[in-house]
Amino acid sequence: MSTSIHKRPLFRGWEVVVGLEVHTQLLTRTKLFCRCDNRFGAPPNTLVCPVCLGHPGTLPVLNEEAVRLGIRAGLAAGCRISPVSTFERKHYFYPDLPKGYQISQYAQPLLTGGSLKIRTDAGEREISIHRMHLEEDAGKNLHAGIPDSSHVDLNRAGVPLLEIVSDPDIHSPDEAVDYLKRLRLLLRTTRVSDGNMEEGSFRCDINLSIRKPGSTVFGTRVEIKNVNSFRFVHKAMVFEIDRQIDAIEAGEKVLLETRLFDPSSGRTKAMRSKEEALDYRYFPEPDIPLLVVSDSMIDSQRRALPELPEQRADRYCAALGVQRADAEVLVAEEELAHYFEEGMERFRSTSKGEESFKKARDRWTSFILSEVLRETNRRGADVLSGPTSVEHAVGLIDRVLSGSLSFSQAKEVYARAIEEKKTPLDLVEESGLVQMSGEDELLALVEAVLSDNPGEVAAYRGGKERLFGFFVGSVMKKSNGKANPEKVNDILKAKLNG
Amino acid sequence: MNLSKSDVLHVARLSALALSEAEVDRIAGELSAILNYVEGLSSVDLSGIPAEEGSRLPTALAEDLPVQSLSTDWALAGAPDRSGPFFQVPRILEEGR
Repeated sequence: MSTSIHKRPLFRGWEVVVGLEVHTQLLTRTKLFCRCDNRFGAPPNTLVCPVCLGHPGTLPVLNEEAVRLGIRAGLAAGCRISPVSTFERKHYFYPDLPKGYQISQYAQPLLTGGSLKIRTDAGEREISIHRMHLEEDAGKNLHAGIPDSSHVDLNRAGVPLLEIVSDPDIHSPDEAVDYLKRLRLLLRTTRVSDGNMEEGSFRCDINLSIRKPGSTVFGTRVEIKNVNSFRFVHKAMVFEIDRQIDAIEAGEKVLLETRLFDPSSGRTKAMRSKEEALDYRYFPEPDIPLLVVSDSMIDSQRRALPELPEQRADRYCAALGVQRADAEVLVAEEELAHYFEEGMERFRSTSKGEESFKKARDRWTSFILSEVLRETNRRGADVLSGPTSVEHAVGLIDRVLSGSLSFSQAKEVYARAIEEKKTPLDLVEESGLVQMSGEDELLALVEAVLSDNPGEVAAYRGGKERLFGFFVGSVMKKSNGKANPEKVNDILKAKLNG
Repeated sequence: MNLSKSDVLHVARLSALALSEAEVDRIAGELSAILNYVEGLSSVDLSGIPAEEGSRLPTALAEDLPVQSLSTDWALAGAPDRSGPFFQVPRILEEGR
């Protein structure tokens, strides 16, 4: 359901209809139906027992923590929590599935309904979530470098998954990626999943079809399986949209099929699959009777719910006066948001008066969105602690606010501090960095620049005011970036206009 | 209820079983007999009795506390084939699932 009348983007005159299925691994200590460790990266077949190996005569027992985490995710997305839900057996034969069936929730999932607000260039709207349910992961097959056989590692077999199914409510690659990013952030913020895409804790299947705008029937849907990065989701969709449009416009039919995205070619290709129609032969899992969820279990999860990304962004805007777009970027990575907030608390307590707080806020925000964001993207969250921790970074920005360092000097020092693993202020001491603020010193620089460029001075006085920036730049350059730009401005103005 | 040959072939394929012509005929007969036996239950009057209630009680939940897993050798002991720490199976041609 859309919050407002939302113009759907068209692709070569076609409307794209997409539903996303996400499988996310839950942050439990043990598996869903046995008490083997739920852990990535252990030596092959060391986290297995008769239950997850599918030996006959064993009995699965549902992990209480997995139920709790499912409920928490559901509360965060506004789902209805079923007081009674069911587990079924989903049958298929594959070597990574030792029982010959997967235990999943089919007839009555733990969670239904819910939604997630997305924001793209096309505006803001709600993507509705159809359902979320608990199920077990399969093991891992390995093929590479093995002639004539495949290897199976069952450490992952039985790891708890939450499958999150959106409604076919998404209409562009941008919307799909924004939905996935926000969903991942929500799961990480609530500690439901680590959302680690490289390790497979957050995997995505894309159901995509096209139709003419205004049509109320769906086109034939193609499923693209296991796309494991946001970039690939975008690429796979762009390719698939074109492929389907090409096919239909050439008078061909889109086949109902499962395809795989090949990152090396940027194309999707049909999976080599037996021609049989899949028939999962679901039936109630006799070993897992009804899952009954008590009110107290729901209440305790509701109380455990942390501030959600959306609420956090709202707070940054309302309480701190941060711009909406900036707030969105700040909350997108949790560690960065904490870093930002901790800095803001320090500035709040040291600022004298509202004006000086606002100045500090703007500097700090822009410092984080440029320098810190770049470095965390490049080097990871490590740069948020150690020599460039909040405390040290705030100290650096304090120097800018007091006028003893220029902002560009501070940025340079910050980058060097990370490179050399020293605190920024130690570097400032070491290299004798000070902002040039003395009137006489600056006046000398300004006068030198003006006498070096008589032509520009004449042109400026003749009305070419755009040249002002050139003079500022030249003075800054002459000072090796040390001049206080505000004072340079003042002196230049006085000199040129006087 | 009598299973047709194509029903049997469908079920066989889902079960990844290869059946000879003679087996298909024999199994069609055997499965039909089983289905007919179970079908007898439908003559019981169940009106007013919910399908599942009573037979499906609240499930027990386990605390999320790890227990020692099997050693790899024990885990692989029953496998038809192994290679180092892995189960070894015939080459899988299909990708994904």
